[in-house]
Amino acid sequence: MDIAQFFQQAIAPFTYGFMVKATLVSALTGAICAVLSCYVILKGWSLMGDAVSHSVLPGVVIAYLVGLPFTVGAFAFGLLSVVSIGYIKSRSRVKEDTVIGVVFTTLFALGLVMISKVSSEVHLSHILFGDVLGISDGDVLQTVIVGTLTLTGVLMFRKDLLLFCFDPTHARSIGLNTTFLYYALLTVLALTIVTALQTVGIILVVAMLVTPGATAYLLTDKFSKMLVIAAASSVFCGVVGTYISYFLDGATGGCIVVLQGILFMLAFFFAPKHGMLAKSRERRKSQLEDVLERGNLPSSAGGMGND
Amino acid sequence: MLNAHTSARAPFPQAHSSGPSLKVERVNVAYSEGKLALRDASLTLEHGSICGLIGLNGSGKSTLFKTIMGFLNPLSGTVTVLGRSSREAQKAGQVSYVPQSEEVDWNFPVSVWDVVLMGRYGHMNRLRIPKKQDLEIARDSLERVGMTAFKDRQIGELSGGQRKRAFLARALAQQGQVMLLDEPFGGVDATTEEVIIRLLTELKNAGHTVLISTHDLDSVRSFCDTVALIAGRTVLEYGPTEQVFTPDNLMRVFGGAASHAAS
Ligand SMILES: Nc1ncnc2c1ncn2[C@@H]1O[C@H](COP(=O)(O)OP(=O)(O)OP(=O)(O)O)[C@@H](O)[C@H]1O
Ligand SMILES: [Mg+2]
Repeated sequence: MDIAQFFQQAIAPFTYGFMVKATLVSALTGAICAVLSCYVILKGWSLMGDAVSHSVLPGVVIAYLVGLPFTVGAFAFGLLSVVSIGYIKSRSRVKEDTVIGVVFTTLFALGLVMISKVSSEVHLSHILFGDVLGISDGDVLQTVIVGTLTLTGVLMFRKDLLLFCFDPTHARSIGLNTTFLYYALLTVLALTIVTALQTVGIILVVAMLVTPGATAYLLTDKFSKMLVIAAASSVFCGVVGTYISYFLDGATGGCIVVLQGILFMLAFFFAPKHGMLAKSRERRKSQLEDVLERGNLPSSAGGMGND
Repeated sequence: MLNAHTSARAPFPQAHSSGPSLKVERVNVAYSEGKLALRDASLTLEHGSICGLIGLNGSGKSTLFKTIMGFLNPLSGTVTVLGRSSREAQKAGQVSYVPQSEEVDWNFPVSVWDVVLMGRYGHMNRLRIPKKQDLEIARDSLERVGMTAFKDRQIGELSGGQRKRAFLARALAQQGQVMLLDEPFGGVDATTEEVIIRLLTELKNAGHTVLISTHDLDSVRSFCDTVALIAGRTVLEYGPTEQVFTPDNLMRVFGGAASHAAS
């Protein structure tokens, strides 16, 4: 195979309209999820992300039944899960993660029951695993609009949101409405999940909402840099993952998430300051210094005559 | 590291207002039903004063702070800050509060400088874009607690005392007229304590009101002009230091159960 031929094959995917659309949507979704992921991991809301994404299932089915866009139903049930979790948590002694577990599994199960009863036309596998290669023009437009709005909103108020995650007591004491911020962040989370459903589906959406932030967290101690690194890595995975999935003929969401996992592992081992290697290097160095110091001890402490 | 020459710096902006700056009237507070943590507690602070809040462990000092901040809702009684509700005063950026211990995630990707700038958020626009004045005040606050050299450190990479100083700098940067400090001297070295005391005195002279809880009775005598003694879940006695800080009263606060009967 000569070079021209190879090149031709390599760019072949982008001669198809659906691949261009899919790449665009994956990249945009990647960017939004990445920005959100920075807050999600700092707030310790990974399980919350998983919960909201699973809870949308009954909403999707109902939307199909009444002929609404499925995003509307999904968003409504995303919000419902968030509100019920907040409500139950504040009015019972049960711990938050338990409440989350109960609420989202119930809603997800409800969705499964509804699908089995209602219709086989709701493509369960597309909802569960995403179908970005088959995305329609209307859905692209919707993703672009919702995505851009969400991204703009979060970036505009990123400082308030960060303060809320870092120190809610102080946020409150300077007059911020922390209850509002709590629900605002969760609403944005639900919106983001809904936009990301088409790309990666219900099951894997949480990866998009956790992994980029986690990778970036290992690489920097500055929040602004964390946002940039997370977004860059996530967009990269979105584009490359979609590209690879063309050759694999499917599982786009899977490809994207596997790539994100690989990037995380790279950061885990090789991050300059918080990586495994850097840490064990640091440990070896201090052990060596220890030994050297002890080695010197007898000569310097020789006059003491102890022991 | 600590810069002792604070007097060379510009004084704190003068606060203007009339009437008492902080008024707590007969509050009853309970954490759980049926068990009062504060009973019928009252306290009035004037502008330009430092009040030391004294009492044993578990006597209700932190509870009083949280009540003033509105984190705990009193069952009855009122809290007035600068002539309005505490919430309103906070929204106006007039209340600086430093809790007894910061319950934050110390691995959070924010630097000392970021933390101090957060103290200015209440004075910035909605997007929290700092103006030149905000940066100056933040820089000045860091300087005052001697933390300038640690400006770019991630907050987890500080010692306990340095952390306290960083959060104190944030409270200073807020420039609230009312400053609530819950045990700022815990784990802080003697030099820093001296610097903080001098800072608070400067604030007082500029007309600010400071409420500070501490177990260091000697320093209370030296820099607090008023004292509130808290015991038996209520404010037992408050007023000018020399009147309240009598051996008799101290006996009542620290002398055990027998003293209750006397009140
Ligand atoms: N979150 C809580 N839930 C239930 N009871 C509490 C809570 N916090 C404090 N208490 C109780 O309220 C009382 C007052 O506590 P508070 O923290 O105000 O004491 P303090 O004067 O600040 O003590 P210290 O000097 O140890 O800081 C104590 O008896 C304590 O056990
Ligand atoms: Mg306390």
